[in-house]
Amino acid sequence: MLAVKNLDVVYEDVVLVLKNVTLQVPAGAIVALLGANGAGKTTVLRAITGLLDVHRGSITRGGITLDDEPLHHLDAPGTVAAGVGQVMEGRRIFTELTVEENLRIGGHAADRRSVAVGLERAYTLFPVLAERRRQVAGYLSGGEQQMLAIGRALMSRPRYLLLDEPSLGLAPRLVQHIKDLIVEINRQGTGVLLVEQNASMALSIASHGYVMETGKVVMDAPAEVLRANDDIREFYLGLSEERAVSFRDVKHYRRRKRWLS
Amino acid sequence: MTELISSGLVRGMGIGSTYALLAVGFVIIYRATGVINFAQPALMILGAYATSVFATGVGMPFPVAVLAAMAVLAAVGMATERVALRPMVGRQPFAAAMVTVGVLTVLFVVAHRLIGTQVRTVGDPWGLERASLFGVSVAQVDLAKIVVSLVAIGAVGLFLARSRLGLAMRATSMDQEVALAQGVNVGRMFSLAWGISAALAALAGMLVGTSAGGFEAITALVALKALPVIIVGGLDSIKGAVYAGLLIGIAEALTRTYQPRYAEWLGANVDVVVPYVIMIVVLAFRPYGLFGTREVERV
Ligand SMILES: Nc1ncnc2c1ncn2[C@@H]1O[C@H](COP(=O)(O)OP(=O)(O)O)[C@@H](O)[C@H]1O
Ligand SMILES: [Mg+2]
Repeated sequence: MLAVKNLDVVYEDVVLVLKNVTLQVPAGAIVALLGANGAGKTTVLRAITGLLDVHRGSITRGGITLDDEPLHHLDAPGTVAAGVGQVMEGRRIFTELTVEENLRIGGHAADRRSVAVGLERAYTLFPVLAERRRQVAGYLSGGEQQMLAIGRALMSRPRYLLLDEPSLGLAPRLVQHIKDLIVEINRQGTGVLLVEQNASMALSIASHGYVMETGKVVMDAPAEVLRANDDIREFYLGLSEERAVSFRDVKHYRRRKRWLS
Repeated sequence: MTELISSGLVRGMGIGSTYALLAVGFVIIYRATGVINFAQPALMILGAYATSVFATGVGMPFPVAVLAAMAVLAAVGMATERVALRPMVGRQPFAAAMVTVGVLTVLFVVAHRLIGTQVRTVGDPWGLERASLFGVSVAQVDLAKIVVSLVAIGAVGLFLARSRLGLAMRATSMDQEVALAQGVNVGRMFSLAWGISAALAALAGMLVGTSAGGFEAITALVALKALPVIIVGGLDSIKGAVYAGLLIGIAEALTRTYQPRYAEWLGANVDVVVPYVIMIVVLAFRPYGLFGTREVERV
């Protein structure tokens, strides 16, 4: 079980962005973490994976445990070694390295044998990557880059995989594909914390979901409850008073609409 | 023709390959940490001193003495990074570069104490022997400089391109946060960059020390030639450092050979200015150097 308990996070010693966040990812489960832009989802992932200090953030209260062992005192490489892998927001692949080098760096802390096994597994899960193993990763399409980012994260054989908006910017067909891959990775024994703005996609595969708003968890329920919840439908649809006048409003409208699309 | 090859090209490449060694050291630290390491001249002269102690003082066989000096300097480089530079992580690159100027001062004072005022030698591994290259007689010391430098740089290049740690270093230089998230201990990569770079500086120091006349503390200033070299080659390019090093070395040697004869009115020591002239010309046409990447930020 990966557990976040009563977590407060502050950036730059002043901006309190997470307030009393509590959530759990049971071993082998898929858990969705939903919320609008700026709600604090990425910050939760940074806290779990030891990347807060890169952003001048710190945990001021609460903590994180992995199978009841504290995780929050570890640095980023420490959390990887402990069994937590992540796919960062925006994919963040090394565009100047080849596909295979990107995968290998994901297995940096693993031994030679597991790197070989990991490459094999990645190329089986993502045959497109096998075809392009020697190509510079910057030339991959958005969907392929997302697959590479997922493959890279799997190289350390994580027991828990954190995914930050993997469907962002992808065409519906690719979103479907990524969704199937997440289900398959989970089936092979990895617990998944799936951060999404695409609520319908996330809730369709998750067993449990959390909804965040301005740094707080405002809903915490089994996925089917959230799927049926009128508040969620209404809130994330939110079409009634919206008037698509400016370009910004159009984008806003689309984003909200995506929640149930 | 003979003179062109032996005093111009070969000698120039000899000097230039030493510049290239130093420049590659700059590039490796710059790429890993974003900092220009102005302490390189002090590391170089300490390397010459260490080689001198091991080879002529302790009496080790010359190659062993060189490797020992490189190892000692690698340790000095890593310690410097840990103590002086690590606390600067996340600060302005300019501030960190200024810290390296401080390190330069401290290490140079140490070097001055150790070396004293007299001229030292690292021994005389190559002597004044001449070798024949395609029928032209050239100084063996020049060939040795070229071979030793290029082999060392080639080895570093291979390490970066092929090894697990080399890949981690390259990844770190591209995106530190993502490297961290893959389990790379980024601090260790900084340390490694300083270690490699200081070892290369030590090797350059040894080569400079084998020149006729030996070396003294002030010989450290030779390493400043690596600055125009990295600007010409591009701050972030190892290939650039090698080509620019050779280019500037050859230009310098040609000037030294022919300028007194054909352009005497320019006066003495024109060859010293040549690297900077080349730098200014290159900057006018290619602001990022011959091989540099566009988005490199100047410090
Ligand atoms: N490095 C930072 N310094 C200060 N504030 C930040 C930093 N990173 C994010 N924030 C703020 O924290 C809040 C949560 O951001 P984030 O965790 O990225 O949300 P989400 O991933 O849900 O969009 C936002 O208001 C954002 O502006
Ligand atoms: Mg986010």
